[in-house]
Amino acid sequence: MSGLRVKRVEGLRVLSTREAPADARLVDDFTPSLIDVGAHHLCPGCGEPIAMRSVLEIIEELGVINRAIGIFGIGCYTGFSNNLDCEVLQALHGRAPSLATGVKRAKPDTVVFTIQGDGDMVNEGLQEVIHTAARGERVTCIMLNNGVFGETGGHITATTVLGQRTKNTLEGRDGREHGYPIRLSNMLADLEGVAFVGRCAVNSAGNVARTRKMIQRAFEAQLNDEGFSFVEILTMCPTGWFIETQEAPEYLTDKLAATHTLGVVKDIAAR
Amino acid sequence: MTSQLMEGSGAIAEAMIAAGCRFFAGYPMTPFTEVLEHMAKRLPVVGGACVNAESELEAIGMAWGAAATGTRAATGSTGQGLSLMQESIAEAAMAHLPLVILNMARAQGDYFQATRGGGHGDYRTPVLAPMDVAEATQLAQLAFHIADTWRNPVVFFGDYYLAHTYQSVDIQPIDFGPVPAKDWALDGSSSGSGRAKLVSPLGDTKQRDNVGYDLSDYYMRAAAKTTAMIEGLDRLVDIGHCDDADLVVVAFGTAGKYVRYAVDQLRAEGHRVGYVRPISLFPFPDAALRDAATGAKLVAVYENNQGQMIDDVRLSLEGAVPVRFIGGLSLDSSGFGIAPDFDVEVLRRRIDAVLTDLGGTP
Ligand SMILES: Cc1ncc(C[n+]2csc(CCOP(=O)(O)OP(=O)(O)O)c2C)c(N)n1
Ligand code: SF4
Ligand SMILES: [Mg+2]
Repeated sequence: MSGLRVKRVEGLRVLSTREAPADARLVDDFTPSLIDVGAHHLCPGCGEPIAMRSVLEIIEELGVINRAIGIFGIGCYTGFSNNLDCEVLQALHGRAPSLATGVKRAKPDTVVFTIQGDGDMVNEGLQEVIHTAARGERVTCIMLNNGVFGETGGHITATTVLGQRTKNTLEGRDGREHGYPIRLSNMLADLEGVAFVGRCAVNSAGNVARTRKMIQRAFEAQLNDEGFSFVEILTMCPTGWFIETQEAPEYLTDKLAATHTLGVVKDIAAR
Repeated sequence: MTSQLMEGSGAIAEAMIAAGCRFFAGYPMTPFTEVLEHMAKRLPVVGGACVNAESELEAIGMAWGAAATGTRAATGSTGQGLSLMQESIAEAAMAHLPLVILNMARAQGDYFQATRGGGHGDYRTPVLAPMDVAEATQLAQLAFHIADTWRNPVVFFGDYYLAHTYQSVDIQPIDFGPVPAKDWALDGSSSGSGRAKLVSPLGDTKQRDNVGYDLSDYYMRAAAKTTAMIEGLDRLVDIGHCDDADLVVVAFGTAGKYVRYAVDQLRAEGHRVGYVRPISLFPFPDAALRDAATGAKLVAVYENNQGQMIDDVRLSLEGAVPVRFIGGLSLDSSGFGIAPDFDVEVLRRRIDAVLTDLGGTP
C-alpha cells in the first residue's frame, strides 16, 4: 500500500482498486436482457441503475417487451437511453409525460413508460405529470427521486428534504429560505385519473423486491386500462449528497425516506 | 366533390385531415383556436386523436410523441404560444421528427419567429405562407409531405385574416409523390429484437455498437441533412408583371394577395410595376426574386410589421437593386390594420408614391 493515500474511515474495509478482488465478477454478468451493455458511466453506489434494471426486468416478466416504449427525461439516467434493447424516445428536460401521451394516443396498443428524475419531473416539468395523471392517460410514469440534480453536480430540487446539504444550500435546506419539499406521490394520489401510486426505494434487497412489486402493479394498471400509474423510486446519489458511497443507503432511509415515506400510496384495485 | 363555403380555420383542418394528419394537440389562442375546435370535432370521426393540451409546451410534446410513432401529427398556436414551443421545435428538428406546426399569427409581426425561430442550435424549419384559404388547403397538405420527406418540423404560417375568411374550396387529398418509409418510427415492436430503435435529439448511436459516443458526429450529420434540405426544397413564389417593371413590390401572405390586386390595377393603368409574392418564406425564393428585379429601379417591401422580411429581400438582392420599406405596423384588434392597410386605395397610394419618386407616370 506504499504510496497509496487512502482516507481511513473507522470500521470500513478499504479495497484496493488496483486489481480486481479474487471473487469479483464482471458487470456484464448481471446484465438483464433488455440492457445492451452492462457497463455504464453512472457513479459507483448510484441507485438509478438498480431502478432501471428493475423496470426492464418487469417489462420482460410481464411479456410485453415487443410493445414497450420508454420515454426518457434528462438527468443521469439519460445515460441509459442509448443502452437499452427497448425502444426509446428521448424527451426534453421535463417533457416526457406529454410525449408519452402522444405515443399512447397514437398507438394505444403500446406499453408506455417514462423515466424521469425529481429535477426533471418535479422541478422542470411538474405540470406535465400532474395533467397526464389527471387525464388518466394509460401510461406509467417512473420518478427516480434522489432529492438532487445529480447530473448538474448536486443542486437543490423541489424534493430535497429539509436540512439536506446541496451545492446551492450549503448549510442545508432551510424551509423558510428555500421552501419545503414536494411529496409528489401524495399529490398525484388525490387525482381521479390515477389508478396506482407507490413510493419505494432501492437501498436494500427488501426494498428492491418491494420496488419490483410496485413497478409490476403499475404496469398492470396500464395493461388493464385502469388509469394512470406512478412509481416513485428513491435512489442513492452519494455524489450529489456529498457522502461516502457506502453511507448512501442509510442516508436514504434516515433522510429522504423520513420525508418521502415508503409504501403504496394509492391502489384502486385494493379498495 | 363540389366546392364548399368554408371558414379558413375549418378548411385548414380539413386539408390536414385530407393529408392524413391523425393526431393534433393544442391550447386555445385566437386565431389558432378555431383550427383546434375543428380538429377536436373531426379527428375522432376519422379515427384520429385530438388532445386538449393544458399548455402549448404540452401540446407540442404530445405532437412530438405521436410523430415519433410515424403518425402524421400537428400542433400550433399564436405568438406567445409559439414562443413557448421554441425549445421543442429546435430539439424536434435535432431529433429528425416530421411535425407540422401551425403558426397562426395575428398579423405579420411574427415573420422572424416563423422563419428564424427562437430555439437553440443549428436547425432550420421550412415555412409556407398562403395568401388565402384556397392556397392554404394546398400548403397545409404540402407541409406534411415536406415534413415526411426531410424528417423535419415544418411551419405553416397563417394569420387572423386567413383563419376567419370564408372562401369556397374543394378539398381533395393531393398526391405530392412518395415519401421515404418511416422505418425509424416507434411502435414497440423492435424492443427485445437486439436492434431496438432510438429517436433522440442526442444522437442515434447505440452503446452496443461500440463506436463511441460522439455528439459532434451526430450534429455534423444533422447539419449536412439541413443543408441538403435547404438545397433540395422548392422555392415557391408567385410573380407577376416583372419583365419590364421599374418597381417590384414584394409582399407575402394575406398582404401579398392585396398587393397583387393593387399592382394588377396599376399595371392595367399603364404603370411599370410588378409584384413578387414569396410563398415559401424559408427557404426564401432568392434567385427568383433577383431575376424578377433585374432591370428594376427599386424594390419596395410591404409587410404588416416594422420590417422583417425586408432582410430576406435585401439578402436575396445582394445590393443589386435598392430596397425601400412601404409597410408598417397595424394596430387593430386582429393585429391587421384592416381599415387603412388592406384598403386597396391606401395600398395603391403607397405604391404610387414610390412610382412618383421614380419619376414614372404612364
Ligand atoms: C431546459 C433545461 N434546463 C436545464 C437543464 C440542465 N439539466 C440537465 S440534467 C438536470 C437535472 C436533472 O435532475 P434529475 O432529473 O433529478 O436527474 P438526476 O441527475 O438527479 O438523476 C438539469 C437541471 C436542461 N438539460 N434543460
Ligand atoms: S451524480 Fe448521483 S444520480 Fe448521477 S450518477 Fe452519480 S450517484 Fe447517480
Ligand atoms: Mg435527481
